[in-house]
Amino acid sequence: MSTDVTDKSPAAAPPGKGGSGTDGGLLQLILGGLRRNMRQYGMLIALGLIVILFEVWTGGDLLLPRNVSNLVLQNSYILILAIGMMLVIIAGHIDLSVGSLTAFVGAFAAVLMVNHHVAWPVALVLCLLMGAVAGSVQGLLIAYAGIPSFIVTLAGMLLFRGLTEILLQGQTLGPFPNGLQKIGNGFLPAVGPNTNYHNITLLLGFVMIAAVVWQEVRDRRRQQEFSLDVAPAKLFLLKLVAIVAAILWLTLLLASYDGAPIILIILGVLVAGYGYVMRNTVFGRHIYAIGGNLPAAQLSGVKDKRVTFQVFLNMGVLAALAGLVVTSRLNAASPKAGDGFELEAIASSFIGGASMSGGVGTVLGAIIGGLVLGVLNNGMNLLSVGTDWQQVIKGLALLTAVGFDVWNKRKSGS
Amino acid sequence: MAGPVLEMRSIVKTFPGVKALSDVTLTVRQGEVHAICGENGAGKSTLMKVLSGVHPHGSYEGDILFEGEECRFRDIRASEHRGIVIIHQELALVPFLSIAENIFLGNEHASRGLINWNETLRHGTELLRRVGLSDHPETRVADIGVGKQQLVEIAKALSKKVKLLILDEPTAALNDEDSGKLLDLILELKKQGITCIIISHKLNEIRRVADSVTILRDGRSIETLDVKAPETTEERIISGMVGRDLDHRFPERTPYEGKPEAAPAMEIRGWTVFHPIDQQRKVVDDVSINVRRGEIVGIAGLMGAGRTELAMSVFGRSYGRYAGGTVLKDGQEIRTKSVAEAVGHGIAYVTEDRKHYGLNLIDTINRNISLAALNKVAKRGVVDEQEERQVAERFRKSMNIKAPTVFERVGKLSGGNQQKVVLSKWIFAGPEVLILDEPTRGIDVGAKYEIYTVIDQLAAEGKAVVFISSELPELLGMCDRIYTMAAGRLTGEVPRAEATQEVLMRQMTKDKEVTR
Repeated sequence: MSTDVTDKSPAAAPPGKGGSGTDGGLLQLILGGLRRNMRQYGMLIALGLIVILFEVWTGGDLLLPRNVSNLVLQNSYILILAIGMMLVIIAGHIDLSVGSLTAFVGAFAAVLMVNHHVAWPVALVLCLLMGAVAGSVQGLLIAYAGIPSFIVTLAGMLLFRGLTEILLQGQTLGPFPNGLQKIGNGFLPAVGPNTNYHNITLLLGFVMIAAVVWQEVRDRRRQQEFSLDVAPAKLFLLKLVAIVAAILWLTLLLASYDGAPIILIILGVLVAGYGYVMRNTVFGRHIYAIGGNLPAAQLSGVKDKRVTFQVFLNMGVLAALAGLVVTSRLNAASPKAGDGFELEAIASSFIGGASMSGGVGTVLGAIIGGLVLGVLNNGMNLLSVGTDWQQVIKGLALLTAVGFDVWNKRKSGS
Repeated sequence: MAGPVLEMRSIVKTFPGVKALSDVTLTVRQGEVHAICGENGAGKSTLMKVLSGVHPHGSYEGDILFEGEECRFRDIRASEHRGIVIIHQELALVPFLSIAENIFLGNEHASRGLINWNETLRHGTELLRRVGLSDHPETRVADIGVGKQQLVEIAKALSKKVKLLILDEPTAALNDEDSGKLLDLILELKKQGITCIIISHKLNEIRRVADSVTILRDGRSIETLDVKAPETTEERIISGMVGRDLDHRFPERTPYEGKPEAAPAMEIRGWTVFHPIDQQRKVVDDVSINVRRGEIVGIAGLMGAGRTELAMSVFGRSYGRYAGGTVLKDGQEIRTKSVAEAVGHGIAYVTEDRKHYGLNLIDTINRNISLAALNKVAKRGVVDEQEERQVAERFRKSMNIKAPTVFERVGKLSGGNQQKVVLSKWIFAGPEVLILDEPTRGIDVGAKYEIYTVIDQLAAEGKAVVFISSELPELLGMCDRIYTMAAGRLTGEVPRAEATQEVLMRQMTKDKEVTR
C-alpha cells in the first residue's frame, strides 16, 4: 500500500528514490503521505485554516507579533493542562479536578508568598509538591482502590474548589514577588548588540533548528544502517524544510517584539519532554498499552496500577504548574481562578485526536487542539464576538473535530 | 411416536472464508427431548442461531419447517412469536432488575406504557412455581445463583408460550446439584408437552434426558440415533463425533538434541481455582501436570473443562480465585503471583482470545510484538525505536506476517496474521515454557501449518510447550503426550503412541455421574 504511488508508472521501476522527478510526482507523494496520516495531519491543517481565516477577518491583526505573544501567554496554562490530560485520556481515564486543583495551588501559593512571605523559589517547589500530593491521592484511589476516575476527580473538583475558598476566605490575594510574576508575564532578557531583533530569541530559534535537523538526519541514518525502508528522499527533505520554515517564522515573529515569553520556553520543554516520554520510553508505551487494551496489557506483564497512579501523579504536578502560571499572570490568587479549565483541557485533547476509549493520542495533538481553541478565543476577541457566541462556536468546533474523526475512522473501515 | 414438529433441511451457512454449516438436516419429533452433540466448532451453536433467527432468513440456504409451515425468521422476535425460544450459554438477564422484571422484559404486562405490577407479580409467581423456584419474584437476579438464573431464563421462555425450547449447554456453568435439578425440569416440561433441543457434550446427561441425539461434525449432520435403543452406547456416540480422518498435515518434527534433565522444565502440582463470581464452584480441581524441555504436551478437553482457566491462573493468577497448588520450574518452586513474576521465570501464555487478551488492536505490529519484553529494546527506560523496528521486521519475515510494513495496525490483519503477531510477541520475550491456548483457532489451513512449524521449531530449540486445543487431530499430530481434562479435573494422561481420538474423547466426556 505504501508504495502504490510509484507502482503506477512502470518507467519508475527502481523503487525508493522516487524516479519520477516531476512536480506531479512530489505532489502525489505528499498527498499519499497525508492520506496515510489523515488523523495526525487533519487537525494541523484545520488549525492552519482557522489561523488564515481569522488573519483575513481581523485584517492581519491575528498574526501581529504582539498578538502572537499574547496568544501564547493567554493559553499557556490550558496547554500545560492539556499535556497532562492527554496522558490521562490515553490511559483510558478522565480528570475533572484539574481546574479546581489549579485554583487551589494558586491559593496555596498566595498564602505562602503573600501572607507568610516565603521566598518565591521555595514556594514554587512547595506548590509543585502540593500538586504531586493531590495527584497521588487521587491516583491511589483510582489505581489501587479501583474507584472510577470520573467519580474520584469529580469529588476532587468539588473538594479543591472548596479548599481554595477556605484558604482565601473568599478574598483575592496578591500581589506576588517579582520573580514569580516573570513566569507568566516575563520575556527572555534582552542582551547583546542592537539588531532590531531580540538576540537570545534568535539564538534559541537557531539552536532549535539545528537540533531538529540533526535529530531527523540521525534517525534517517540509523534507519538506513539497519537497512530498514525510509521515506523517499524528497518527502523527507520537504518535511525538513517545512519544519525549519515554521520554527524560523515563529522565531522572527517573536524576536521582532519583546522576544520569547518565558512561559513559551517552559511549554517548549514540556512538549518536547512529554512527547519524548510518550513516544520513546517504556513508561509511555505502557500508558498506550493499558488504554488500548487493559487485559492484554495485564497479560503482557504491564504493571497497570502503577502506571495509572503515575499518570495521575503527573497530572497533579502539571495542574500545580498551571496554577502557578495563572496566579503569576494575574498577579493574584482568586477563588474563581481555573474555572472551567478542566473542560478546556479535555476538549483540547479530544480535538487533538484522543479517543474516548483510550489508547490513542499524542502530546503534539493536545497542543494543536489547545491552539485551535486558543486561536478561536483570541480571534473572536479581536472581532469582539461576545462570550455567549464564543461558547457556541467552541462547542461546534469540538463536535466537528470529533465528528470528523469518527467519520474518518468509519470510512477507513475499523 | 408423534410426527416431526421441526424439520431443518439442507441448511448451509457460510461466514466469510469459512463454511460453518454444509448440508445439515435436523428432524425433531413433537414432545421429545432432542440432543445435539459434536466437538467444539462442529456447528451446533450456528445451527441453533439459524433456527432462532439470529442469522436471519436469506443469510443461509435451506428450509426450516415448524409445525408443518415454512418459516422465514427475520430476527429473534419472529421466532419467539412462533414459540421457539433459545437460551444461550451466556445468560441474557439484567442483574440489577428483579426476577419478575427479567421474566417479562420486552414482554411486559402493561397498558398504555404503565406496568401492571399486580399482574406481573401474580404471573411471575406462577411461572416460578412451574420451574420449581420458590424465590420471591421481586428478588434481584444478581442475588441468586447461576443455577437459579438458568431457571429464571426458562420461566422467561415459558412466559412467551414456548413450544420448542432450545438450551445451549445449559449445565456447563452449573454444579452437580443444580445440573440435576435442571435436567429434572426438562423432563417435567416434556410431560407438559414442550419439545426441547439440548446442546451438550456430557454423554451421561444426554443418556439421562434425551430421546434422540443428532451428531454434528465439521458442519455436517452425521447421523441421528435413538438414545433409548440398546445399540446406542457412549462409544457409538463418540465415534460419530470424532470419526474423521487425519486430513490435516503436520510438519516433520526435529527432535530436541539436549540432554534429558533431572526435573521437568515446568511442573504444576495440585492446582485448584474457584470461579471468580460463583465462589462455590471449582473451575480447576487439583490438577497436576508437567512438561519437559523439547517436549510438546497437549491438554485436551471440551468447553468448560477448565484448561484455559488452569493456564491463566498459573500465569500470574489472571483468572479466578486461587485455592491451592504450586508451580515448579526445573524442580524449584517458583512464585507466579503476578504476570511479571511468571514472565520473569520464563513462562509465556499465548491466549486463546487474541482480540481481547492478546493484542492492542489499535496499535501497530512492532509495538505489539515488543510489549511483553520492552526492556529488551530499551536502555534505561528509553525505547530504541530503530532496534524495535528491526526486531519486528525480523519477525515479519521469519513468521511470514503478511503486512506491508510493521507500522500496520494489528486490527487490520487477518486472524492468522494476528496470531503470528501474538506468537512473535511471546517468542521475543524469550520464554523457556510456552503455554499455547488454541493457537490455531479461527485461522485458515495454510496459516495453521505455518504455526505448527513454528511450534515444532520451538520444541526443537529446547523450549517446553504446553499445547491446549479443542481439535483432537491437531493434538494427535503435534504432541508427545496428551492430558485430558473434564469439568475442571484431570481425567487422563496418554502418550502419543496410545492416543486415538476415541480414547481421548472418552476421557474428555468423563463426568461425575449426575444421577447418584
